[in-house]
Amino acid sequence: MYAFKFERPTTVRQAVNLLAKNEEGKLLAGGHSLIPVMKLRLASPSVLIDLSKVEGLSGVEVTPRSVVIGAMTKHKDVANSKELQAVMPGLAAVPGSIGDPHVRQVGTIGGSLANNDPNADYPAATLGLGATIITSKRKIPADAYFKGMFETALEPDEIITKVSFPIAKKAAYQKFKHPASGFALVGVFVSKRGSEIRVAVTGAGANGVFRVPSFEEALKKRFSPKSLEGLTHTAAGLNSDIHASAEYRAHLIGVMARRAVAAANEKGGAED
Amino acid sequence: MSATGIGAAVRRKEDQRFITGKGHYTDDVSRPGQTFAYFVRSPHAHAKLHSIDVKAAAAMPGILAVLTGQDLAGDKIGNLICGWMIHSKDGSPMKMAPHPALAATKVCYVGDPVAVVIAETLAQAKDAAEKIAVDYEVLSAVTDPAKAKSAAQIHDVAPKNTIYEWHLGDSKATDAALAAAKHITRIDLTNNRLVPNAMEPRAALAEYDSGTDSLTLWNTSQNPHVARLVISAFVGMAPEHKLRVIAPDVGGGFGSKIFIYPEEVVCLWAARRVGRPVKWTSDRSEAFLADAHGRDHVTHAEMAFDGDGKITALKVKTIANLGGYMSTFSSSVPTYLYATLLSGQYAIPNIYCEVDAVYTNTVPVDAYRGAGRPEATFVVERLVEVGARELGLDPAELRKRNFIKSFPHQTPVIMAYDAGDYLASLKKAMELADVKGFGRRKRDAARHGKLRGLGYSTYIEACGIAPSQAVGSLGAGVGLWESAEVRVNPTGSVEVLTGCHQHGQGHETTFAQLVSERLGISIDQVSIVHGDTDKVQFGMGTYGSRSGAVGMSAIVKALDKVEAKAKKIAAHVMEAAEGDIEFRDGKFTVAGTDKSMAFGEVALAAYVGHKFPTQEIEPGLKEGAFYDPTNFTFPAGCHICEIEIDQETGETEVVSWTAVDDFGTLINPMIVEGQVHGGIAQGVGQAMIEQTVYDKDGQLLSGSYMDYAMPRAHNFPAFKVDTTETKCPSNPLGIKGCGEAGAIAAPAAVMNAITDALGTEKIEMPATSMAVWRALQTMNRNQVAAE
Repeated sequence: MYAFKFERPTTVRQAVNLLAKNEEGKLLAGGHSLIPVMKLRLASPSVLIDLSKVEGLSGVEVTPRSVVIGAMTKHKDVANSKELQAVMPGLAAVPGSIGDPHVRQVGTIGGSLANNDPNADYPAATLGLGATIITSKRKIPADAYFKGMFETALEPDEIITKVSFPIAKKAAYQKFKHPASGFALVGVFVSKRGSEIRVAVTGAGANGVFRVPSFEEALKKRFSPKSLEGLTHTAAGLNSDIHASAEYRAHLIGVMARRAVAAANEKGGAED
Repeated sequence: MSATGIGAAVRRKEDQRFITGKGHYTDDVSRPGQTFAYFVRSPHAHAKLHSIDVKAAAAMPGILAVLTGQDLAGDKIGNLICGWMIHSKDGSPMKMAPHPALAATKVCYVGDPVAVVIAETLAQAKDAAEKIAVDYEVLSAVTDPAKAKSAAQIHDVAPKNTIYEWHLGDSKATDAALAAAKHITRIDLTNNRLVPNAMEPRAALAEYDSGTDSLTLWNTSQNPHVARLVISAFVGMAPEHKLRVIAPDVGGGFGSKIFIYPEEVVCLWAARRVGRPVKWTSDRSEAFLADAHGRDHVTHAEMAFDGDGKITALKVKTIANLGGYMSTFSSSVPTYLYATLLSGQYAIPNIYCEVDAVYTNTVPVDAYRGAGRPEATFVVERLVEVGARELGLDPAELRKRNFIKSFPHQTPVIMAYDAGDYLASLKKAMELADVKGFGRRKRDAARHGKLRGLGYSTYIEACGIAPSQAVGSLGAGVGLWESAEVRVNPTGSVEVLTGCHQHGQGHETTFAQLVSERLGISIDQVSIVHGDTDKVQFGMGTYGSRSGAVGMSAIVKALDKVEAKAKKIAAHVMEAAEGDIEFRDGKFTVAGTDKSMAFGEVALAAYVGHKFPTQEIEPGLKEGAFYDPTNFTFPAGCHICEIEIDQETGETEVVSWTAVDDFGTLINPMIVEGQVHGGIAQGVGQAMIEQTVYDKDGQLLSGSYMDYAMPRAHNFPAFKVDTTETKCPSNPLGIKGCGEAGAIAAPAAVMNAITDALGTEKIEMPATSMAVWRALQTMNRNQVAAE
């Protein structure tokens, strides 16, 4: 690890100012991705701006039509939220599948979305529900937020404060875990909210999370795994590595999508 | 039996300190004025090393020294060695290339250390390391052992990168038997390379005392005395009496901490140069590149059967990858620890095995839990299973027909098995595993879209290595006896000094149980002292499941002497004839009288010396012994694995595991069970998820836990573990050893189960989800093509 300055603002405004002032500054919002790469000397922020003491960034709030999660809400708090489990268990299951208990104790939704790891789970849920990312400046719809591997629409001095998820009657996430890291080798989030159907895939795409329009179209006719039978995803543009070839990932997209739809239709989408 | 004696499942004494964070590991030791070492490692797999510019680094703040291979050579520090001589078929000695602790003229794998920075802090050392400019001329690299012979030559001494071309057994007789066979089963296998991953990374702390001109090394070692011997006699660091090696608590070794590595040599040398203690602790990423890997065999094997399903011959050809240099015991692993076990549990009249060991541009390969024996079991047990399928015989039936049933049994590959009952362990395992109900379970699984398979592994291993004379004749550089010293304190508590080393095995408990059994005192009254060359005179360390069979046998010998002397003292004190003294349950009694002395009273008498003629009997109660075994021990057993495959994803789950092992006498059944559990987990890890992948340039792609999958609790069902028992006739306690059994048995059981479920043999370890899915795809395609 290289030497760095450490700041601990207490308001979003202070944090934004610190970020604006320090071009090489980085926000600390859990740190389970950032700290390891700093330890390996692969990242060397000049200033680490710790958001853990900023007021009002944590909590799960369920309203009649949406679930609003503060950016600094820890994975375990989202996973364990009884209110969320009651209205949308499929979303609660997503942070419950991240890493291990240690990671879930510290990692946050804002940190995950700002990092936009191509294998992370939250991007699938965010895109798969058509959530809105609320920042210190504006509201960004999920469809406009994810810009590729580790790339987002966030500006250099912009901080995520909340994420608003519309409540979908049917929503579920199915994840095929990477055997070593536990990240998503392929993760598929599906949702049905009225006539809007979304299928979002993480872990597979070379440019990060993406939607699968052909699957969505098929599911519009009937929201059933049967509707996806015979449909395949192309291997073109998918990741290929020692754990999964592009062909295997393409195949798993189909399997996970069918299972996610089945899960969404069962008890409102709870993952087992 | 004493309540804490042999056979008692007492809790491990050492766990209190381990689970409360009170263990004392090498990195926990700090010395006044301590500095830190950071190693600069080659980023290239194969390159000439033209020059290293250290000027800028040396000028950085806090830097005490920046040292290179040239400096090492200048100080006449010797090379690391491989301590087991193997001769090729043509009689020529193995081609051991020079292995300097810091590379001076070329680098042979990614991670090969080329320089070390010694600094006041680790951060300063790392900062300076970034300023070191190394001029490399990159050469083409080879990582695949099968391609090594035709690749660019790595070492001048080894044309075609060949270290030796060794063989064992009768080639002609084996070929004749193959020619006369009714059926031949042929198989090609890869035994995948593994990264050891002990929980505690390796570490070294070296201190030089200029007053006495002596060095002390705290080191994560499984065998501190051997480390001292090699560093002294071969590396030439310091005379043996001027070098103390302390291996305190060590958090797992699995073989990887047997070896003498560059880092500890460099820390010793640097400590003397800078006049300050030098500490190095590997981080996890570094460990992937710096700890000797395991396995990495490519094998073609053929097994011949007669018309009755009797095995008539086995012929094996293996290429073993030893990596960029020959590690300390690397040469012995694919030879005498491998080919000598190819008879398995079977009476095979003809065996011939050829092994070519090669250099490649990879991390050196050496012993890893099981060391050669898992590789042998994998070959034999896969062949037997495939043979049964080809012959249309039940795999258990084929095994039964071929089991060795009378002992001793001389195999065609050196080993003389002394005792065993292979049928008993097979039968017991089949009952526990409910093999009869497998058909029903398979049908149930099919209803849920799952393929279920069952696989056997009836393994054998040779442990307790072994008679010094025997291993000496096979090329070992050392004898493989063990030493013990039993010190009885005046108050009757006991210290046992052993040359074995514990790093997870529970010796502090099991060795104490032996003393408890013999002297009738509680294990709380016994402490086990090990891991310090200043305390224990000499010992060979712990590996190869030898500490029970060999180390405890030495303790038995020392205890015999203690008892004999104590009897003498008791006789004098109680004024009886020595022959009339009986010792039982911790009491010395004059036969036929009510006169008796407790063990503690005799101990006190020994040191006080008031009541017996100290001119005739020396005061004190302390005895030492060396024990050299007369044979290897031969643990064996049967493991049965059941797996289920998700046909859609290829995801494979181990759903049932049964292990019935014959380890001879069990000192502590609970610890034995734990050893079996750990071994199975490692073996299943190898079979299903652990993949060490190099790219064509020799970069390790699976160099962290983000890519190297370690087995976790969720990968396993609850294991059904049981034992059968035939005593080992060659040691006083009848112990065989249990530390490696699981890792030896498991890979074959898993692969036999997976191939049973799939209906194809065409899948290699690790059988990852993708590999299983691909095998399913191929089969489906073939099926479609056939229809």
